Amino acid sequence: MATAVQRTKAPIYGESRIPTPIPSVLRVDPRLREEGDILEVNFGPNHPSTHGVLRLVVELNGERVEGVEAVIGYLHTGFEKNMEQKTWWKAITYPERIDYLSFQINELAFVLAIEKLLEVEPPPKATWMRTLLCELSRIHSHLIWLGTGALELGAISLLWYCFRERDAVLDLFELVTGVRMHTRYFQAGGLAEDIPSGFFTECRKFADMFPARVDEYEALLDRQAIWLERTKGIGLLSAEDAIALGQSGPVLRASGVDWDLRKVQPYLAYDQVDFAVPVYFNGDVYDRYKVRMDEMRESTRIVQQCLDGMPEGPWIVDDRKIVLPPRHELHTSMESLIHHFKLVTEGYRVPAGEVYVPVESARGELGCYVVSDGGSKPWRVHFRAPSFVALEATATTVRGAMVADLIAILGSLDTVMGDCDR
Amino acid sequence: MSYADVPGFASVLEERGETTVVVQTESLLEAARFLRDERGFNFLSDIVATDYLGWNEREVAGYWGHREGRDINQPGSWGLARKPEPKAKRFSVSYQLLRLVSGAREAPRVRLQVWCDEDEPIESVVTVWPTADWHEREVWDLMGIAIEGHPDLKRILMDEDWEGHPLRKDYPIGGEPVRFSGAE
Repeated sequence: MATAVQRTKAPIYGESRIPTPIPSVLRVDPRLREEGDILEVNFGPNHPSTHGVLRLVVELNGERVEGVEAVIGYLHTGFEKNMEQKTWWKAITYPERIDYLSFQINELAFVLAIEKLLEVEPPPKATWMRTLLCELSRIHSHLIWLGTGALELGAISLLWYCFRERDAVLDLFELVTGVRMHTRYFQAGGLAEDIPSGFFTECRKFADMFPARVDEYEALLDRQAIWLERTKGIGLLSAEDAIALGQSGPVLRASGVDWDLRKVQPYLAYDQVDFAVPVYFNGDVYDRYKVRMDEMRESTRIVQQCLDGMPEGPWIVDDRKIVLPPRHELHTSMESLIHHFKLVTEGYRVPAGEVYVPVESARGELGCYVVSDGGSKPWRVHFRAPSFVALEATATTVRGAMVADLIAILGSLDTVMGDCDR
Repeated sequence: MSYADVPGFASVLEERGETTVVVQTESLLEAARFLRDERGFNFLSDIVATDYLGWNEREVAGYWGHREGRDINQPGSWGLARKPEPKAKRFSVSYQLLRLVSGAREAPRVRLQVWCDEDEPIESVVTVWPTADWHEREVWDLMGIAIEGHPDLKRILMDEDWEGHPLRKDYPIGGEPVRFSGAE
């Protein structure tokens, strides 16, 4: 069982080297440009290795990257604008589509923001189930990261193994919610439906099987000379730079910063489950990989504890002003019918105010800032997208890298362009 | 913690466990430096601009979801005609700050906020928190608030030749021509 590995902290590279004055752009040394031989290459916007539609304008000196600028916005779909036009409970469908790999966690951030404004406390069963599904989501996201990340470095077989397990996670989502992705299972006040019988057995099967699978992945990669060669000492980011550049999640923890929002400001049931925060100190691609591998194991532990500790009881608050009445009541109760009608047509009004709700997504700090004017639609919704911030670190991490390593470094930042461009 | 000594301090609001410190627009950079160096807010989570055009003009519709309104013996009709508090200026820009200490078991946060009108630029905080770079470009791109002193202020999510700033309240939804739709 790998837990937080404490190694001695070695200086990664001299002093802080954030390229000034623009930290997100790496400029070619003008002398080098005069000497000639700088080749400008566009990576993307449709390169398959970019996890979406990202364009990198790279300036190469032979095989060496001398300048880089990330150009984003190709997947901008105006989610934030759209959500302003929808009633609160209809808007819940949007956040999942922003980060389509850790969808449950995105949905959670928005739902928690609504609940904070409404001052609603979901019942314990909903809280624990949310914790469980969020951890499955984290596993799902890390699996795709591992599969595609290894694929980009030539380890093709790993993709099939990762996607096999990913499919098992999606099966679990389907079992609970009826859909495999974009489940919209979290409601303001709790869960949309009760947890179906049979889920716990299936989920436990998965949780029992999965740690051994993670060991298998690691066995495939960890003693593989090519993998080690291509990940160790590459894409360096020091702790100071990571904090200055707003990095969070696995990227931050691989730079030796012990920081996990699930620990430092516990939400859901994270203060009642036991898990370790993996921290590594070299700040390279390999350490980011190790952090995510350990996180998958820790997430499985949380899933198991959630299965053991899942409380009985209602799955959503009994508050007819916010929550739809049970379907069968609509045929017998006029009161319920009115409530149903009003909720669906007008939606509930959320007290005026502004909140910022941060959660630890698979990619780092995902924040949801919401302003309400007291009406039935959000006045302003904004997501602090961890992928957006992660890409700001491209210039610092790829400085002096070889062009082939560019892909490894970019993959290790684990960006999802839907999340980045919103 | 008191924030009265923040440069340019205007007001502080404690609500729902969150602290919002509003400062004068012209002393934003000073306040940012102060909060980072004196109060240890070394991590900028997010910068978000909000357009309050039309705020307080409509009576808000919808089904009463407030705590008071949820009391079945206290009908919520008294609140139906209520309007939110008016705002002094059109835009707010909020900086979500965090004190990030490795290994700490608490996450103190504060929201630094400034208010500005259309065509009123605000100062860049890139020199204080380098991560502000893209966030400020997004504020300019989607909200049209000019950032003074930003090293390279240009659009980030929209096309370079895009007209208008889509997240403004007076920017229509669905109003832009759709390319290649055959309807042109």
